[in-house]
Amino acid sequence: MAMSKQWRYTIAFFLLITGTLLFCILNICIGSTAISLTDIGRMIVGQEIGETERRILWDIRMPRTFAAMILGGALALAGYLLQTFFHNPIAGPFVLGISSGAKMVVALVMVFMMGRAIKVSSAAFIAAAFVGAMLSMGFVLLMSRRVHQMSMLVVSGVMIGYICSAVTELVVTFADDADIVNLHNWSRGSFSGMTWENVAVMSGLIAVTFGAVFLLSKPLSAYQLGETYARNMGVNVRFLRVWMVVLSSMLSACIVAYAGPVSFVGIAAPHLVKSLFGTAKPILMIPACFLGGSAFCLFCDLLARTMFAPTELSISTVTAVFGAPVVLWIMARRKRERNV
Amino acid sequence: MEYYFSAKQMSVGYRKCPLIRNIEIGLKRGEILTLIGPNGAGKTTVLKSIAGQLALIGGVAFLGKENIQHIPDTELAQKMAVVFTDRLRTELLTCEEVVATGRYPYTGHFGILSKQDHAAVREAMEFGHVTEMKDQDFTKISDGQRQRVMLARAICQEPEIIILDEPTSYLDVRYKLEFLSILQKLKREKGLTVIMSLHELELAERVSDQILCIQGEYVDRLGTPAEIFQPSYIGKLFQIECGSYDEKSGSMELEPPEGEAEVFVIAGGGCGRNVYRKLQRQGIPFRTGILYQNDLDYPVAKALAAEVIEAEMFEPVAKALFETAKRQMDRCRRVICCKERFGSLESANRELLLYAGQSGKQVEVSYD
Repeated sequence: MAMSKQWRYTIAFFLLITGTLLFCILNICIGSTAISLTDIGRMIVGQEIGETERRILWDIRMPRTFAAMILGGALALAGYLLQTFFHNPIAGPFVLGISSGAKMVVALVMVFMMGRAIKVSSAAFIAAAFVGAMLSMGFVLLMSRRVHQMSMLVVSGVMIGYICSAVTELVVTFADDADIVNLHNWSRGSFSGMTWENVAVMSGLIAVTFGAVFLLSKPLSAYQLGETYARNMGVNVRFLRVWMVVLSSMLSACIVAYAGPVSFVGIAAPHLVKSLFGTAKPILMIPACFLGGSAFCLFCDLLARTMFAPTELSISTVTAVFGAPVVLWIMARRKRERNV
Repeated sequence: MEYYFSAKQMSVGYRKCPLIRNIEIGLKRGEILTLIGPNGAGKTTVLKSIAGQLALIGGVAFLGKENIQHIPDTELAQKMAVVFTDRLRTELLTCEEVVATGRYPYTGHFGILSKQDHAAVREAMEFGHVTEMKDQDFTKISDGQRQRVMLARAICQEPEIIILDEPTSYLDVRYKLEFLSILQKLKREKGLTVIMSLHELELAERVSDQILCIQGEYVDRLGTPAEIFQPSYIGKLFQIECGSYDEKSGSMELEPPEGEAEVFVIAGGGCGRNVYRKLQRQGIPFRTGILYQNDLDYPVAKALAAEVIEAEMFEPVAKALFETAKRQMDRCRRVICCKERFGSLESANRELLLYAGQSGKQVEVSYD
């Protein structure tokens, strides 16, 4: 039995890594200009290729692909953390309104700064998004003390999301014309327009956060059994909960600051990965969810770019199409099991 | 006296608001302490406070000589295991994996199980008789099975003391007995100290070395089962209003039928209990006799009959008592005789039956 489990985990990891790599390559190759693998190979080893191809590859597609990969992973990890935190399989940064909160504060900052012609650094965006994420999280936490049903918690999260979105809309409506285009694209969620500088900052931040989450995998496994037992096993539950809130907000903030709100990845990817592995153990799930989220987002971004090219879909449109059915599936299945 | 667990002036409650004050406990290694008391009396609060889940509001609890609140978390986790009524939430965990979570305080930073840990898991599952469930999903087994897996998990934690909150509530009679047998085995073989709450008084009486009776705001009594199960004490502790509990026999009965008794039951030696209970179900009040005070029928008769003609045990039935029985019978219309034959020391009851026939009563028989 132990052996077959080991095999399952190995195969699952192999599938996730292969999937991520495959979609990475497809994302780089496919587009309005198809680029062959040989060209990519030549560019990587430093040989000359056409200037247009080089710019498309190096300045547009590669940073975008990396961003989708890193942010997708971060999103799934944030979802996994929130699901663990609330003991609720349909929790995620989007449904709990955390993304929308981050979006709201970013929009406020953006409009305010741009109105005064101050250039906003990406660090400031991230900080703003983090503040927004923590704000929403605070509301959700307040609600979670009063409502104990998982569906009600999600409903309150969705409400918070609506409030934040309304405020964002308001801000956008009264913003200058030039800002609107910028804000509008971003507030719908998109991986377009990524630069290498963005990728560098986000990968640094997310790598640190990922490391921190991974170090928590043992107490998280105890926390999954419920707080009473976690405490009996010697876990400092309060301390752990604070860390979970901070880390999941950090991850959500990174995503929102760069790509805007992206829906459903945070729920769908961890759930699919759990089913693939047949376990929910944090030590496996933390890296696996990250990979799963990466593959999922790369796949969705590929569709968003290419399905109706040259018109680009917002990333949330695609993730919702694939993610929302997963949520419905979870809810239908939960009903059948009496252990909710 | 060297106590393994002791509580001094311990006050427990929620949010700085004391619920039960000044609890004093002294428990030697390998003793079983059971908390009994009515619903909502605060048994769970006491257990949670002892386990460090709730901060003490006053006083101190000691493990050995150490104040429990000063023991580092992991060290305490290696000494104390809990089985609470909070439902364990699991996702995609087999029973074996649930048991293995008991190894948590012993594993390294990433919680990887070593060979010894795996061996401990296997041993704990054997000890708790749950090995055959090891590959089943924990969410898909029954509440009773879950309770046994949780005990195995606690054993796997290799504690010195184990705290259990109503551990037998979901178990059927076979597993209730098996569960408590495992606790006794742990106590004898591993010197485990046990603190638990039980609703089943008869089990508490049998398994406990000490019993703590909690009554709302205070601890009413602490003592051995013999000290606790004194006549009429349980009825008082639980404020029993409908029916009764007999401390000596452990039998409980519903309320006796009300009204003027019209039936006289001749019983003895345990043959009358079923008739008493049947009359109770039908709501027919009755008198019964002549019963010795040590008769099997006696506690049931005391609980249900309007009148019991009782004889002092190991003494012959006095003439005056026999006359009383006759007078009681005169007031009844029907007589039910549960005795098929009378022993040589039951001549009084035989004569009573004859008297019933002579005085023209409607005599029925009811043999088991």
